[in-house]
Amino acid sequence: MDTTIIETQMPSMLGAAQDAGIPVKIEARGVNVHYGAKHALKSVDIDIRANQVTAFIGPSGCGKSTFLRCLNRMNDTIESCRVAGSLRIDGDDIYDPTLDVVQLRARVGMVFQKPNPFPKSIYDNVAYGPRIHGLFNSKADLDAVVEKALRGAALWDEVKDRLGESGTGLSGGQQQRLCIARAIAVGPEVILMDEPCSALDPIATAHVETLIDELRANFTIVIVTHSMQQAARVSQRTAFFHLGTLVEEDDTATIFTNPRDERTQGYITGRYG
Amino acid sequence: MGNDHIVRSYDEELNRLTGLLARMGGLVEAELAGAIEAVSSRDAELATRTVRSDARVDDLEREIGEQVVRVMALRQPVASDLRLVLGSLRIAGDLERSADYAKNVAKRAVALAQLPVLRPVHAIPRMGTVVREMLKDVLDAFAARDVAKAVAVWNRDEELDEMHGSLFRELVTYMMEDPRNITGSTHLLFIAKNIERIGDHATNIAETIHYLVKGVPLAGERPKGDGTSFSTVGAEGAQ
Ligand SMILES: Nc1ncnc2c1ncn2[C@@H]1O[C@H](COP(=O)(O)OP(=O)(O)OP(=O)(O)O)[C@@H](O)[C@H]1O
Ligand SMILES: [Mg+2]
Repeated sequence: MDTTIIETQMPSMLGAAQDAGIPVKIEARGVNVHYGAKHALKSVDIDIRANQVTAFIGPSGCGKSTFLRCLNRMNDTIESCRVAGSLRIDGDDIYDPTLDVVQLRARVGMVFQKPNPFPKSIYDNVAYGPRIHGLFNSKADLDAVVEKALRGAALWDEVKDRLGESGTGLSGGQQQRLCIARAIAVGPEVILMDEPCSALDPIATAHVETLIDELRANFTIVIVTHSMQQAARVSQRTAFFHLGTLVEEDDTATIFTNPRDERTQGYITGRYG
Repeated sequence: MGNDHIVRSYDEELNRLTGLLARMGGLVEAELAGAIEAVSSRDAELATRTVRSDARVDDLEREIGEQVVRVMALRQPVASDLRLVLGSLRIAGDLERSADYAKNVAKRAVALAQLPVLRPVHAIPRMGTVVREMLKDVLDAFAARDVAKAVAVWNRDEELDEMHGSLFRELVTYMMEDPRNITGSTHLLFIAKNIERIGDHATNIAETIHYLVKGVPLAGERPKGDGTSFSTVGAEGAQ
């Protein structure tokens, strides 16, 4: 009688990101970041897949924001910051010295933790990027770009009758969606979000999360979050950082049911000291 | 890295869950022991008491279900915690079914005590010993998160199935010898089947332990030492 025991890997609960077949949008190899003498990121290798939401999780100070900022060279503005290694978007070297950083940031947009609308009208907030990049030919054209972005950010119905009012007069959740509209108005390929819901209540958070899920049809999204539940709800892939190292990156369902690394397990179950 | 949660009350809630399971396991062991003993010693009074004790097991299963819902709602467990919580719910279900089978054995013990002694009854305490050891070992394996011990229980199910198969054939022959044996033998058939089913639940628990400790299912062909579903006893068996 055959009583051999075979351990099989559980199929992913979401059946989501199977590595094969999903193109890589951003490829990082051996990325090291220093702030002066501080070694903030250590040899990070990761493939960020197109049209997926990748969540970065990990304890405070582990380097999530640092890595996110490498992806559109926001670290360039930090005097002490040195980035080494290879970062490519669709094969293009992000740190190519001849690359136009303004163009890069149009391709890789960013949404911050605190909603930061400009003290301008709702319309002008969204039109800001398209104006800088000259992405329209006529007023009607710009109107259409603004409407499309606001619809894309699931905000249009709430603001279509008051586009001339100040963006700062919106609720926190609406402001965050306005910032997302502003980011998508320039037609980016990748949207980076650093704790985009930490200032929002659960309902506003649910709206933004629904939006993130819809946006991934057209964009590649990387989100930093301190909420394990949020990472579990919105992402297909999850990357766990710890003390500047990328400890593990896998299907979100695998990370939350059976992570490989003890440190990941400790962190997501709330055992981490 | 410690094994404790940063939030201590979370550990307390998980400990309460495993504590309830330990108590439930103990009650099921006692119920099973009572049922087997009632059959072998023809003790109708013990059998009746055993049947009544089943209600407590049902209560505990409900309590465990409520505790699971509570932990899920308040803590949103993930990874090993999630597997523990869901595994506990499944184990409670297997224990409740096991207790139901034990209760059924006890009920039949009441009926058997009124009938003349049947020769094949000797096999029941032997099967009972095996299934009680399986249940005890699998509960110990859960308490210690001991996968090797759980796998040993899983493998032992074959032995129980074989005992069931041979008792089945013996009883069929016995009934053919003398139709007056039919009533008692039928009770014994069901008792043996109930014990065999408890063994299956013990192996389910072993599989759950494997999953909750390792995060991957225990897969492969479960040993089957029983062919009763397909058994026939030829006319020569009646000679
Ligand atoms: N501008 C800076 N100058 C010097 N050190 C910095 C700077 N920004 C970040 N660091 C350091 O780099 C490390 C990583 O910081 P980072 O902001 O990337 O962490 P994080 O994972 O985003 O944390 P949090 O969850 O708290 O936002 C930390 O030790 C931090 O102190
Ligand atoms: Mg940060």
